[in-house]
Amino acid sequence: MIQLDHVSHQYRSPEGPDVLAVDQTDLHVKAGEFLALRGPSGCGKTTLLLIAGGLLRPTSGEVTVAGKQPYHLSQEARAAFRAESIGFVFQQFHLVPYLDVLDNILAPSAASGTTDRQRAEALMREFGLETRAHHTPAALSTGERQRTAMARALYNDPQVLLADEPTGNLDPDNAAIILERLQAFAAKGGAVLMVTHEDQACRAADKTLTLSKP
Amino acid sequence: MRIWHFVLRELKHRKLNALLAIAAVSVATACLTDALMLLKADAAATEAVLAEKHAAVEKAGAELNDAMRKITKGLGFNVVILPKDQDLQEMHHSGTISKSMPEEYVVRLANSNIVTVNHLLPTVTKKLTWPEQGDIPIVLYGTRGEVPIAHRDPKKPLLDAVPRGSMIVGYHLAKKLDLRTDTEVTLLGRPFKVLKTHDERGTVDDTTVWINLREAQEMLGMENLIHAIQALECHCAGDRITQIREEITAILPGTQAIERGAPALARAEARDKAKISAETSLSREVAHRQQLRSQREKVAAILVPLATIGSALLMGLMTLTNVRQRRQEIAILRAIGLRSRQVLGIFLGKALVIGVIGALIGIILGMALGAVLHEETTAPDALAILLPAGLAVGVALLGSWLPAVAAARQDAATVLQEE
Ligand SMILES: Nc1ncnc2c1ncn2[C@@H]1O[C@H](COP(=O)(O)OP(=O)(O)OP(=O)(O)O)[C@@H](O)[C@H]1O
Ligand SMILES: [Mg+2]
Repeated sequence: MIQLDHVSHQYRSPEGPDVLAVDQTDLHVKAGEFLALRGPSGCGKTTLLLIAGGLLRPTSGEVTVAGKQPYHLSQEARAAFRAESIGFVFQQFHLVPYLDVLDNILAPSAASGTTDRQRAEALMREFGLETRAHHTPAALSTGERQRTAMARALYNDPQVLLADEPTGNLDPDNAAIILERLQAFAAKGGAVLMVTHEDQACRAADKTLTLSKP
Repeated sequence: MRIWHFVLRELKHRKLNALLAIAAVSVATACLTDALMLLKADAAATEAVLAEKHAAVEKAGAELNDAMRKITKGLGFNVVILPKDQDLQEMHHSGTISKSMPEEYVVRLANSNIVTVNHLLPTVTKKLTWPEQGDIPIVLYGTRGEVPIAHRDPKKPLLDAVPRGSMIVGYHLAKKLDLRTDTEVTLLGRPFKVLKTHDERGTVDDTTVWINLREAQEMLGMENLIHAIQALECHCAGDRITQIREEITAILPGTQAIERGAPALARAEARDKAKISAETSLSREVAHRQQLRSQREKVAAILVPLATIGSALLMGLMTLTNVRQRRQEIAILRAIGLRSRQVLGIFLGKALVIGVIGALIGIILGMALGAVLHEETTAPDALAILLPAGLAVGVALLGSWLPAVAAARQDAATVLQEE
């Protein structure tokens, strides 16, 4: 479902020297598989996740996700592809600051065109957010933001779930809820790629891939 | 979820930003509305002032004309209507008219629909010597005053009738014979009382004696006959003697009309001058008002775009800073799959809301301000409403368009990795 072949990425920055964040990396996640990705800080985990999510064109290498090669698509088609096939939980959550929890979960529906409030409310309950439905992210705890981001990633019922340290800010109980949800997602045939530093999270995954600094 | 939902949530979330933007648009719109209203009111005022001036100039012109008419009366009449068989050479040579025509002619002329002539004066005139005053040569002038022209409004008579038993005496005669008002004299055996004496005119008038026409006719043995009709043509501009002649001889076939020459021309010129000076003063006023107006237009032409550009810049700046704030939000929306068209829609939707609300407030504000400044409510026309409103919305949209396009084109991943 996720297939990265010989993928490299080099950040070009006008200020400093170029940064080789990912070097000739292969990564495969089959449908129904839950893969954990770990490695030291700055080894390129987030970069790899963005590449897999159709958000960052790699400098070289082949990327196939959910049967498509996102970087062979136009920008608009890639956006549509993301809306349709990919759920992304960002390391910094990236919630829309002026939307409340419910609207944040519903936000992907602007792209897909179908608004399913009941589904959004069910996701809210699932992640214990029903009492915070009408608060904006600024009023939420870090854990609540993380769970809102998770609910938003699941809203469009994607084929691929990419999660950047989804349990990083959670207590073990809440972390367990998230991990169970990821396992359930994989069990239904989805592919999960999760970046983590925690053993608890790695144990929940089917496989763990450890990256080293390029 | 629809795009306008994002727009409204964002407006509500960043209230201050929205209010400031609305204020900027309102002020620019108010400026424009007001400028348009002021110009319109000014145009109306200019017209009113000019109409007033025009009327005043007309009136002054008419008064001047009237004065000129009176002043130039002494210069003589334009046209003299004579019996057809009168030898003109004889008349010019001897200064007397030997042929006569029925006095009834003047009535016929007065009752005709003659348009070229304004004043008719039947006369008898004869050069003679005054036996009772040492045979001093005089010109005897019999006049009955003006014959009113039937189809005209009565005009002020140029010459008053001399009553029976009275005489008016020219300057030289009066001086030589020591005649004053109320002096009693005898002329050809008839008693007369001097009605008044004229000031010096430097013409044959100075040796003329004016008496009542009827009396003169009796004294000269020419009852119901006259020598000439003095006709004064009033529409003096240009040479109309040919037309006057034709008109007169058509009505009175037994006559000839001759022009009196230089004095008539002088009068015509004087009247033309009066008219020209009135017109010059009017056109000077028109030019002055136009200059004032074009100055105001110039000021408005500078101020209005300045206010508009100022508010556009402010809008643009605010959107730009807003866009910077919202870069991450744009990246997020792009990451979860919104098209760039949709992202743009969120920004332009906001601009539209701000533009429309700002325009409404601005127009109301501008109208209220205009009413206060002008103390009169000139109803603003469609232009004064549509132009500022359209401009406000346009400016708001444009102010958002460029930064929003730039933001929507940003690489989402780059922004998302910034913290
Ligand atoms: N936009 C960028 N421009 C330049 N360098 C970048 C950029 N984003 C990331 N990097 C660099 O690329 C390398 C990989 O970054 P990345 O965020 O993928 O690491 P990571 O493995 O996710 O680290 P962490 O565990 O701390 O989140 C780092 O050295 C980082 O400094
Ligand atoms: Mg990372």
